[in-house]
Amino acid sequence: MSIVTTLELLPLLGALLLAVIPKQNALLAKRVALATSVVVLAVAGLMAYRFDNSNPAMQFVESRKWIASFGVNYAVGIDGIALVLILMSAFLVPVVILAGWHESENGKWSAKTFYILILTLETMMIGVFAATDVFLFYVIFEAMLIPVYFLIGGYGRGERAAAAMKFLLYSLFGGLLMLAAIIGIYVIAGNQIGHTFDIAQLSTLHIDSWTQDFLFLGFFIAFAIKAPLWPFHTWLPTAAKSATPGTSILLLGVLDKVGTYGMIRFCLTLFPQASKTFTPIIIVLALISILYGAFLAIGQREINGLIAFTSISHFGFITLGIFAMTSQGLSGATLYMVNHGFSTGALFLAAGWMVSRRGSSKIEDFGGLQRVTPILAWTFFLAGMSALALPGLSSFVSEFLVLVGTFTRYPVAAIIGTTGIVLAALYVLIVVQKSLHGPTTEGNESLKDLNLREKIAVAPVIAILVIFGFFPKPLLDAINPASQQVMSHAGVTDPAPKAGK
Amino acid sequence: MLTAPVLNYSLLAPILVVLGGALLGVLVEAFLNKAIRPTAQLAIALGTLVLSFAQIIRVRDLTSLTAAVNSVTIDGAGVFIQGTILVLAFMAVLLIADQDNFAAQASAVPGSEEERSAIATGKIQTEIFPLTLFAVAGMMLFPLASDLITLFVALEVLSLPLYLMAGLSRRRRLLSQEAALKYFLLGAYSSAFFLFGAAFLYGFSGSLSLNGIAAAITGGQGNDVFLLIGVAFLSVGLLFKVGAVPFHSWTPDVYQGAPTPITAFMAACTKVAAFGATLRIFYVGLSAAQWEWKPIITAVAILTMAVGAIAAIAQRDVKRALAFSSIAHAGFLLTGVLALNKSGLSGSLFYLVAYGFTTIGAFGIVTLVRDSAGEVTDLNRWVGLGKKSPFIAGMFVLFLLSFAGIPLTSGFIGKFSLFNAAYETGNITVVVVGVLASAVAAFFYLRIVVMLFFTEPTNDSVTVVIPSIMTRFAITFCALVTIVLGVYPSLLLNTTQTFASFLK
Repeated sequence: MSIVTTLELLPLLGALLLAVIPKQNALLAKRVALATSVVVLAVAGLMAYRFDNSNPAMQFVESRKWIASFGVNYAVGIDGIALVLILMSAFLVPVVILAGWHESENGKWSAKTFYILILTLETMMIGVFAATDVFLFYVIFEAMLIPVYFLIGGYGRGERAAAAMKFLLYSLFGGLLMLAAIIGIYVIAGNQIGHTFDIAQLSTLHIDSWTQDFLFLGFFIAFAIKAPLWPFHTWLPTAAKSATPGTSILLLGVLDKVGTYGMIRFCLTLFPQASKTFTPIIIVLALISILYGAFLAIGQREINGLIAFTSISHFGFITLGIFAMTSQGLSGATLYMVNHGFSTGALFLAAGWMVSRRGSSKIEDFGGLQRVTPILAWTFFLAGMSALALPGLSSFVSEFLVLVGTFTRYPVAAIIGTTGIVLAALYVLIVVQKSLHGPTTEGNESLKDLNLREKIAVAPVIAILVIFGFFPKPLLDAINPASQQVMSHAGVTDPAPKAGK
Repeated sequence: MLTAPVLNYSLLAPILVVLGGALLGVLVEAFLNKAIRPTAQLAIALGTLVLSFAQIIRVRDLTSLTAAVNSVTIDGAGVFIQGTILVLAFMAVLLIADQDNFAAQASAVPGSEEERSAIATGKIQTEIFPLTLFAVAGMMLFPLASDLITLFVALEVLSLPLYLMAGLSRRRRLLSQEAALKYFLLGAYSSAFFLFGAAFLYGFSGSLSLNGIAAAITGGQGNDVFLLIGVAFLSVGLLFKVGAVPFHSWTPDVYQGAPTPITAFMAACTKVAAFGATLRIFYVGLSAAQWEWKPIITAVAILTMAVGAIAAIAQRDVKRALAFSSIAHAGFLLTGVLALNKSGLSGSLFYLVAYGFTTIGAFGIVTLVRDSAGEVTDLNRWVGLGKKSPFIAGMFVLFLLSFAGIPLTSGFIGKFSLFNAAYETGNITVVVVGVLASAVAAFFYLRIVVMLFFTEPTNDSVTVVIPSIMTRFAITFCALVTIVLGVYPSLLLNTTQTFASFLK
């Protein structure tokens, strides 16, 4: 059994253990969930330690027959891109559990159910990045909607049922389009090399460009909804406003990455020709997302809505990096995916604490928090700085790489994208100024600062933002071979640097 | 001099056992003491189904064109469908055995003194069991029948008891009787269409057997106008039975009016039998004329998927909603008919099993949601059921997710098989419409999930009754099948692929 499978099974085991714990004992349920997620993180660390950076192929592979008559295998394996995303997921889950210690208490159901859903979701998050069989990927891609649906609908705030429904319908719609495309490529494989869902084998197919375009769109729209890219984004702000901070972190930090990850793993790998055909359109969509997300973030009065729109802008950057079709851009995009997970995570944590302390999520209700709750204020400030990609924090490296990678091929796009950075400074600084500085708004005088548990939860995230800001090499060492592999498979070579640059 | 036809009783045993059981049930009605009738009838019905299934297992690998003078074909697909019908009927009988659902005395006028006294004296209409068995016998013959007359006879044998059973509801009897009458009248019309089509096909080919018709189509000797008319009218009869648009309008009324266990039986078993016969007729008899009928059946399939999914959204009654969902599923199943290849057939077989169990499970749960006046089918009164009875509501959600085709449920594998088969034949339009209809249908299923779990319960007297051991078994079994076939479908897929063949 591969270590990847072990990693997938661990949270599930934890969930099963939780199932037999009595409902009343919420504290025990929390402890079991936290312990499980820490063990998962440790095993993920071990996996990273054993991962061979010099090997661009899939590692820790395992393949077992699942549905023999369709040629479906339980096939997993990871390359550098999958590795860093799995690590990020494994890191965020314990943070979410610890930070949102009381999140599960105001839901429709027991705390136990909350953690069962979270751990089941963790199994699927690891599985979705590790799957090397398209069918397996699809099954997890769709099945993971269900726990999130219940997490938003059962434990969220406000119009939670409607938000959960919107989220699920958008994702299902995209997923079904992808299903049609998957069936298409499966049938083509059946005619050429025999029935298989193995990504590596499917990438050797010869598909005429007309068909390739359609199949590409089936996959791409599903991922663009997931990521989400303008104009498929409208579900995200609703979901982020209604979900608990923990769910939002997993939703934006991890689940949405499945979209951008899918673009790399499926769109670029399976349909290199169609990817090139659609690149101009996608780059335009990515630029619109960057600017649109940023402008709407500036206009937001609601703190969770603001974070959601900044994310739409950031997903624009990630998509831009992927479809710049340079290895630099791709590495940058992958790194961006990881860093966005942490910086958005920190933002949601801080915002969640602010909201739960103040009892309101309107930005205007905050003010002068720096004086009342200095540590919380600093956390929010640092997270905000990371979101605007301040040099020295990890997001800067990835944003820089994406823009450089894009510039070598599409200079105009890179220049337009750069304005997104300026806008980012605007939306972050405005909210920082309004909520942290100035006179303390009425009703905020007695807010409590972070307690020890909350400090322990957020400290590692902040540490990572700083460490990978100065020293991103370990991540890039893992990512670079994989992204070069993807690019060389797609048949693209990096443009040669022009003289005088 | 008339020679007696040669019947291969050994191969026909599964059907004969069921007919025998039904006759035995009639005798019980006539001669046995009222007090022990319910138990005796239930035992006979279940015993018959088990015995018949044992016969199926015995004949499972045998094939024959001449089991009953060229009128009945025993082959893989036919036997598989028979087995499916038997298992589903077994589940349905378990639901039916909850006698509380049926009129105390069907002949008493609703609201009359006679009805009140029948209820007061605790009368029970146990004829329901032999009627079920007669219907099952017809259903088992229908997919095996390989000539048009036998097809028609089987169609009538399976339909007549159903017309009666639909009218037997204990509560809201007028609605139930109206449903029965509607079902009967429209059913009679569709039978007439079927017969009319059969006559034209006979006129075209000079033969009543499917093989003879196929040979005449390939031979190209007959009058093509007759063929077209024949195919069209025959299809109307079949499409009526499977509930395809535009011949679906009876479905919601009948599903709503009939006693819920009977609805479960009709929705699952009738659909399996009717699709079994449809598959045989199109695969064996009419496949050579596919260029004539494919476009129109494609249009019907697309319409059925779309109308079923869209109309379901507007429903306020859970039984009507499930009826429209069953219409949408008929559309998906028609894509399997259109495929005309082995994967289409095996996909259809899988889909029928998955759909059948999910349907019986879902309707089984409908029987449990009640207030003092009986079953509550108004969806608005189902709100907050997840709080009152999380386990039952959870199972209902499972069935809905399977209907919606969410991965890790049997419904997903079924849909995948069918769409795959359709894509293989290049029928991409159907696949695209299919996935879009699935998305629309998903909205409707999720709306129910929202009602069950995310809406606060109103102060309503609606409760989930504690199910009897039989109902509990049936629902649990259906839920298990739904999950197991979703997680490890190879268990059934290998079987459907072995059995997916028609003997020509």
